[in-house]
Amino acid sequence: MLDKVKHIILVLSGKGGVGKSTVSTQLALTLAEADHKVGLLDIDLCGPSVPYLLGLEDRDVHQCDEGWVPVYTSAEKRLAVMSIGFLLKNRSDAVIWRGPKKTAMIKQFLEDVNWDELDYLIIDTPPGTSDEHITVMECLKTVRTEGAIIVTTPQEMALEDVRKEVTFCKKTGIPILGIVENMSGFVCPNCSECTNIFSSGGGHSLAELAKVPHLGTLPIDPRVGELAGTGKACVKELPDCTTSEVLRELVRTLTTVGQ
Amino acid sequence: MSSGADVPSDAPAHCPGTQSDDAGKASACAGCPNQQLCATGPKGPDPAIALVRQKLADVRNKLLVLSGKGGVGKSTVTALLSRAMAHRNPDENFGVLDIDICGPSQPRVLGVLGEQVHQSGSGWSPVYIEDNLSLMSIGFLLGSPDDAIIWRGPKKNGMIRQFLTEVDWGQLDYLVLDTPPGTSDEHLSATTFLKGTDGSWGAVLVTTPQEVALLDVRKEISFCKKLAIPVVGVIENMSAFVCPKCTTETRIFPARTDGGGAEQMCIEMEVPYLGQLPLDPRLTKCCDEGKDFITEFPTSPAVVALEEIVTKVRQFFGDGKGERQ
Repeated sequence: MLDKVKHIILVLSGKGGVGKSTVSTQLALTLAEADHKVGLLDIDLCGPSVPYLLGLEDRDVHQCDEGWVPVYTSAEKRLAVMSIGFLLKNRSDAVIWRGPKKTAMIKQFLEDVNWDELDYLIIDTPPGTSDEHITVMECLKTVRTEGAIIVTTPQEMALEDVRKEVTFCKKTGIPILGIVENMSGFVCPNCSECTNIFSSGGGHSLAELAKVPHLGTLPIDPRVGELAGTGKACVKELPDCTTSEVLRELVRTLTTVGQ
Repeated sequence: MSSGADVPSDAPAHCPGTQSDDAGKASACAGCPNQQLCATGPKGPDPAIALVRQKLADVRNKLLVLSGKGGVGKSTVTALLSRAMAHRNPDENFGVLDIDICGPSQPRVLGVLGEQVHQSGSGWSPVYIEDNLSLMSIGFLLGSPDDAIIWRGPKKNGMIRQFLTEVDWGQLDYLVLDTPPGTSDEHLSATTFLKGTDGSWGAVLVTTPQEVALLDVRKEISFCKKLAIPVVGVIENMSAFVCPKCTTETRIFPARTDGGGAEQMCIEMEVPYLGQLPLDPRLTKCCDEGKDFITEFPTSPAVVALEEIVTKVRQFFGDGKGERQ
């Protein structure tokens, strides 16, 4: 099913709540704005965030002869999305599954979704280095994977877990495209004083330590936070903010790597 | 012998039941695709449940710290709650068990990074942070901080079983369990084992105010309800940020304006709301350096809010009558 997909990019982090889903969705939207055909697959089965972030919570997945039809964000069909969130009856429903069931679901997502032709498939993952990650890594061994973008926040507590994710990638042979540092610094809207709530510079030093590229530093910007649930692209709504700048740069990096 | 309860719905007629002594051996089993599994699989409940019960007989209360979402502050809250209780009740004993196998944070937050656990005749000795506060985490068993635990579910479950059966906790008033995000292997295993123990138990859920976190926490509440885990209540973390320069309060992770936030969700999901903790950069720093935030900044708003939450948690377990706040 993935044979018509040109590039596959994983978004990983050992730590939860660092912004994997925000980076995944905004990256997908930025690529789609740049006229690429993009797929976004959410393999966080216990805590899917992509349907909410893109404002697609009431949408359903349909069956066709070729398999599952993903949910498209617009009539132009530039962004196709698949998540377990679309299969749950109620948004509060819990998916209480042990590893083998999660593995089977992910295999189905990778094999049975009719993505059609895609320039990029972005895979948003849960935190950790366990069933979901091992499964995805094994399934993608046979297809060409561009590599992984690792997201972190700057504080030591997050970096500690993210270092484990770097080890995971190195051990399993997933190329690391680079590290994005998120939630770095908050500028007070009143006095413009920048406070590094979760410290700063951690992503940069981790990139140096692991000898992988540092892809950019995203500040805490409540305006970007407000885009959650709307499905709007940051690069379109807030073209001048730092986040958009980093996203455009990220897309530039990806498109040159891909050639 | 066959109770009927363990007969799968799609089993052949006259199935003796998967837990029966005849499982896989009765004539009805011939041709059943699961015959081999039934004939060779272990019968009855996991023998470790009885072992855990016996091992934790001296542990009065068990408190799970849960959240569907990652990075909301489960480990920070675990450390703050146990430290606050240990300070307030010097004659009681507290233990922290970190069951986040892939991303253990407790050794750092509690300031015992790089320590080793020792094996004694009565099992693994946990690492002591205070005289009455001990910790066990997989972080102590790793050779380097870069080491990744690349394990599927069964191995993680085995580790948790070992933590609950082979650690020499001694007598404890509270065992606080820090969990990874989600509703999967670690949570199911811990719940199964704790359910079989004597004494009280319950779960505290941690969230941040924005909808994308609440979405996952709602799932965790559904998980608690489904597995009949008593819910102590919900703590909202990172609620507001106060600029250290101009003291303007900003809601960095804003709740949905149309009736969002943790308090509203608690009403909706019918669970108690325990209070909120502010976003304080000094707290992040203390966690990174393993310092005790409560003794470093005893008058900070976070500590004041925490004391109130601790009182509510202890009241849930029937403790703390007439205690100072």
